Amino acid sequence: MASKRANGQEDVVVLGTGMHPWGKWGRNFVEYGAVAARAALQDAGVAWTDIDYLAAGNTMRNGYPGYVSGSTFAQALGWQGIPVSSNFAACASGAVALEAARVRIQSGKADVALVVGADTAPKGFFGPLPGDRPEDPDWLRFHLLGATNPTYFALYARRRMELYGATEKDFAAVKIKNSRHGMANPFARYRKEFTADEIAESPMVADPLRLVDICATSDGGAAVVLASAEYAQRLADTARHVRIAAISTVTPRYPNTYLDMPDMATDSAVGAAAPELGFRDSIAHAAYEESGFGPEDVSCAEVYDLSTALELDWYENIGLCQPGEAEALLHSGATTLGGRVPVNASGGLASFGEAIPAQAIAQVCELTMQMRGEAGARQVENARVGLSVNQGLFGHGSCVIVAR
Amino acid sequence: MTLPRVPALEGFFREEPDGSARLLGGHCAQCGASFFPKQFSFCRNPACEGAILDDTELSTTGKLWSFTDNQFTPPPPYPQVEIFVPYGVAAVELAAERMVILGQLAEGTNIANLAVGDTMTLIVEPLYETREEIRTVWKWKAVDK
Repeated sequence: MASKRANGQEDVVVLGTGMHPWGKWGRNFVEYGAVAARAALQDAGVAWTDIDYLAAGNTMRNGYPGYVSGSTFAQALGWQGIPVSSNFAACASGAVALEAARVRIQSGKADVALVVGADTAPKGFFGPLPGDRPEDPDWLRFHLLGATNPTYFALYARRRMELYGATEKDFAAVKIKNSRHGMANPFARYRKEFTADEIAESPMVADPLRLVDICATSDGGAAVVLASAEYAQRLADTARHVRIAAISTVTPRYPNTYLDMPDMATDSAVGAAAPELGFRDSIAHAAYEESGFGPEDVSCAEVYDLSTALELDWYENIGLCQPGEAEALLHSGATTLGGRVPVNASGGLASFGEAIPAQAIAQVCELTMQMRGEAGARQVENARVGLSVNQGLFGHGSCVIVAR
Repeated sequence: MTLPRVPALEGFFREEPDGSARLLGGHCAQCGASFFPKQFSFCRNPACEGAILDDTELSTTGKLWSFTDNQFTPPPPYPQVEIFVPYGVAAVELAAERMVILGQLAEGTNIANLAVGDTMTLIVEPLYETREEIRTVWKWKAVDK
């Protein structure tokens, strides 16, 4: 695919990536983000003082600094006068921050931008923010139903079992694969291989999902440096540059008839034709349309495995196989390292847990390392096109396609 | 003395004398869409100019779309109790409204007996108790099981 876009513009380039390892330390999230940012700047060979735009992903559970993440990180790295933006789209926050930086560069208002996201997460179930808010769907679902995120994941998993005959053993096979992948990732929180027996002994949280089927809440930080093609070409090491072929940040189309967090009900399909593509299918579709690539071009993918079962849904949503075929694709070995299209070579959320505003950025860090051939023991052979996909509650889709 | 039963939150459902529940939603007379909860005064269909949603009561039965259970106590604002009893959660599709609605499953439902497509009906059961009242919520109950 040509890197020139329809309007004659060159694709924006990923110059550098940086991560703070995922874990549970309870330190200030700004420290994780600053570590990741400095690593990304060093990797890019760009000084912080040369950065002319900063886009950050917000965190909701760390007070005001988390709501103004752009200025929080600009201050931490040292005020230098540049404009910033603070982006929130739940789990898709990182992708929205990436898109803010990309658009800024494409518009000519910036040459080189830093994108950063970091979080310090509480232990256990994510709950809504404190206070009584009967008008807030996120508060309502917890108060009236006790519908946690894993409750929704389990509803999707059960639906998959009933529609396609998926089994708990299929879900366990996803965990086994991703835990093996994650063992080779120094940034992963859990670097332990899981066996089928260990998974079967894990406590049931929301039937059919066990504790180890569900991603943990984690601390972590990730950052990337993006630049215009023109700026990138002035730097020495252009062989390591990876281009952003597409970013999709779509929202659902009405009527959204697939039950979505945090709602207690779907839209009604009376009075409006259902959209041709369901919301989850539309996320990668938009990125394929923009990039000119199709599912057959994808060398490796990072999908948002909030649960093991959800990874199987994503195979279908991003077009790796037809609906109902994900289990067969998994068991064929195609999505394992060494297979046709490895999925979650990083180890995925199964090995990381979820650091909300960092997660979509971390996906792009992994894909960039893969495209460069710098992923070490988890390297996907001859990786040329990488796709990340993710969904944030309240209707945020995110998909990034990178290419070398 | 039996405590009075009142909805945990006003405006979401109503209890009939026979213990069944009526969900209170919004209905757009212009495009026919229903909404639950009513949430806003206007229609959210982008192709519809409906400016007013009528109050409506949704269908009381539907087909099971999916189901699960909560085996650990959810965090606040879910009412916290000393001894947590695991309970089921169901998503049920209403045929007339063509929408899926979440609810807890009736007490004592064994989810091992459920299957997608089962007919479900709405009832009212306690969510939690205060000293003065039993605070209730709508729940889905399997018909014929």
